[in-house]
Amino acid sequence: MNKPYLLQTDRISKSFPGVKALDGLNLQVRKGEVHAIAGENGAGKSTLMNILSGVYPPDDGSMRFDGQQVVFKNPRQAQEAGIVMIHQELSLATNVSVMENIYIGRLMTNNMGFIRHKEMKRACQKLLDKIKIEGIEPETMIEDLSISQMQMVEIAKALSLEAKLLIMDEPTASLTKKETDLLLNIINDLRDQGVSILYISHRMDEIFAIADEVTILRDGKYIKTLPVQETSPGEVISLMVGRDFSKVFQREYGSNLSDAQPILQVEGLCSGTKVNNVDLKIYPGEIVALTGLVGAGRTELVQSLFGVDKRTAGRVLFEGQEVQIRSPMEAIDLGIALLPEGRKIQGIFAEMTVRENISMAGLRKFVRYFLVSRRKEAQAAEDYVKQLGIRTTDIEKEIRFLSGGNQQKAIFARWLLTKPKLLILDEPTHGVDVGAKSEIYEIIDQLVQENVAIVLISSELPEVLTLADRILVMRNGEIVTELAHHEADQEKIMKFATA
Amino acid sequence: MEATIKYVRGISKRKEVPIFIALLVLCIVISFLSPFFLTWQNIFNVFRQFSVIAILAVGQGLIIITGGIDLSVGALLGLMGVLAASLAAMGVPAVLVFPITILFGCMAGSVTGLLITKVRINPFIVTLGMMSVARGVSLLITGGMPISIDNGITYLGGGHIGNVPVSVIIMFVVAICGYVFTTRTLPGRNIFAIGNNERAARLSGIQTDKMKIMVYVIMGALCALSGMIVSGTLNTAEPAAGTGYELDVIAAVVIGGASLSGGKGSIIGIVMGAAIMGVLRNGFVLLQVSAYWQVVTIGLVIIGAVAIDSIKNRSSNA
Repeated sequence: MNKPYLLQTDRISKSFPGVKALDGLNLQVRKGEVHAIAGENGAGKSTLMNILSGVYPPDDGSMRFDGQQVVFKNPRQAQEAGIVMIHQELSLATNVSVMENIYIGRLMTNNMGFIRHKEMKRACQKLLDKIKIEGIEPETMIEDLSISQMQMVEIAKALSLEAKLLIMDEPTASLTKKETDLLLNIINDLRDQGVSILYISHRMDEIFAIADEVTILRDGKYIKTLPVQETSPGEVISLMVGRDFSKVFQREYGSNLSDAQPILQVEGLCSGTKVNNVDLKIYPGEIVALTGLVGAGRTELVQSLFGVDKRTAGRVLFEGQEVQIRSPMEAIDLGIALLPEGRKIQGIFAEMTVRENISMAGLRKFVRYFLVSRRKEAQAAEDYVKQLGIRTTDIEKEIRFLSGGNQQKAIFARWLLTKPKLLILDEPTHGVDVGAKSEIYEIIDQLVQENVAIVLISSELPEVLTLADRILVMRNGEIVTELAHHEADQEKIMKFATA
Repeated sequence: MEATIKYVRGISKRKEVPIFIALLVLCIVISFLSPFFLTWQNIFNVFRQFSVIAILAVGQGLIIITGGIDLSVGALLGLMGVLAASLAAMGVPAVLVFPITILFGCMAGSVTGLLITKVRINPFIVTLGMMSVARGVSLLITGGMPISIDNGITYLGGGHIGNVPVSVIIMFVVAICGYVFTTRTLPGRNIFAIGNNERAARLSGIQTDKMKIMVYVIMGALCALSGMIVSGTLNTAEPAAGTGYELDVIAAVVIGGASLSGGKGSIIGIVMGAAIMGVLRNGFVLLQVSAYWQVVTIGLVIIGAVAIDSIKNRSSNA
């Protein structure tokens, strides 16, 4: 642990309208170490990364990198100094080759200005070999790669820039277990080659598997840096949330409900190429988890139930009545709600206020004589902000200024406002910090007690096992098995999901 | 007293304030350069000149808020004027000419809307095509010759109530309706949602296609209204009327603070944007600037307004 420091920041601060995102932060990263950053959403992790990688300058404070005082005016300068960031949303151009992506902006050319394909290909192959990835050729098109392979390409690109410090923001958020292991191996190799890695993740198991040190941030402030060998996930979590983390969330699991009338009954449902002959029954007051690998057809299944995609075959009964759900509006009218995956893409209206985001699906309630009652709308939004503990200075703030967890709670509020009888949750805690996560679990449990039926899609098996009364495992568009809460464990689920 | 201060503070934070200041500065500068600017006669002139642009800009604003665009407004205005004049020439009374023309406008708008939402053609291309079609049909109907109108419908463009031109009153009515529509109604809220995030809007139960068709239908109706005003002012329907208006209208919307990427915009700002365009044009005439320079300047103003919008976006996203 006596390696020299590569990066040292001195009292870095940054404010945005209404928030102090970073408050006098000191961070020290050694050469050739994996340094994890832990903190709830809104703790200032993203701001820190953006400052380090030159996206914007700090308001105050200074930075030393590789023995020199540095000020980055733009990401390019940071890159030239050797700091490269790999974003949560990957930034590759999809319709060009791996090679061109890696050398984008600095294609190798001869003195006539023509591109030297062969040489570039050779250099690219060398890079790909260095991180030991298989199945990717320099000339493979990016659009043909999986998300994890794209990430590998991003890493290769970073290496080609001779990065000394690699910043990875939630790199495993959309990876499967196997892909995650592969990525962690690559990170280990990079460390051995002397590259430092700043690793941001919500997942304690990963931090403890890979990191040498972990720095905890809370509300924009530096809390503590600990060698991982001398701490525990429990300690890190309680430092992150600033209170004792109630150990495990527990609820009472339902027993056999098959005598009751199902709220939703699906027979032989087919939709597109991803959903194949699905039968299922959902009862009021239970949580049914729909799990399986990414791409197993879970999202497509619920989207066809919600009227987003057309179904090509099958019957759907809601409260015993056969229904044709042709659009989300019809689904909402029946009492179905869908909290979609991908908050930024399908969930929030970034430039609209918290109030408008909350009232979006249930606004009809507040209309009288064609006019929206702003007073009633604001009242309802205020109520949900309070009830769900959405942290915002006021409801007229644009939602993009809220942290991810609070945005997600606002979208929860949007659907609670429609008073659903069946609530479908697609990866509701994806990219949400531990504190907000347990709050979301509380909300879900509360709804079940009010006899709402919940369908939960989640790739996180601990979450599935914590919440679900019944677990349906999907594979290749079909439901392959059903497990009751007490018969399920991670290995069994994975066995069915991958078999 | 405290309530007043709070009210004034609230107003001073509104997004329209910089646009209003720009308009005010422009007026002050021109009034120093030309003593004629602030006479009642000229003020009514300015209002009448920009009233049509403002009416069209309200409709265009709704479309741009959804993330679309309509390039056919000028041509459609011309066609609707010609249709109204033809109806009048056939002896149809004014009380019928008005609703029938509006209906034609709505039909034209719904064709555009259907092509955009159901056939899924880019709005830019659809309305570029519609622009050519509408202009061509006007020329076919008239044989390229203006049609003179002798019918009560000219009241819309030429009439006065007291001293105030009827077209100016129509503009205020349209603007107020547009303001209430965008700020207080359900469909009004929905079009902002669509412009912000169409996918999320659909998943929130908003009938996105229906809403998008609606804004093009409203635009068509406003084109019909404007067509009648323009031909009423001159007592003639010119097949070439409204040529190039799309530029002024889109400029008014952008100057008024709407973003071409959708999801943002205010009717008050848009009407003030139209006023800026009107005052600029009037100022050029009063100061006897060459008409060719007017064309150049208007182009620069549009580019400038978009540039300001883009720079603002960049700094607020950082």
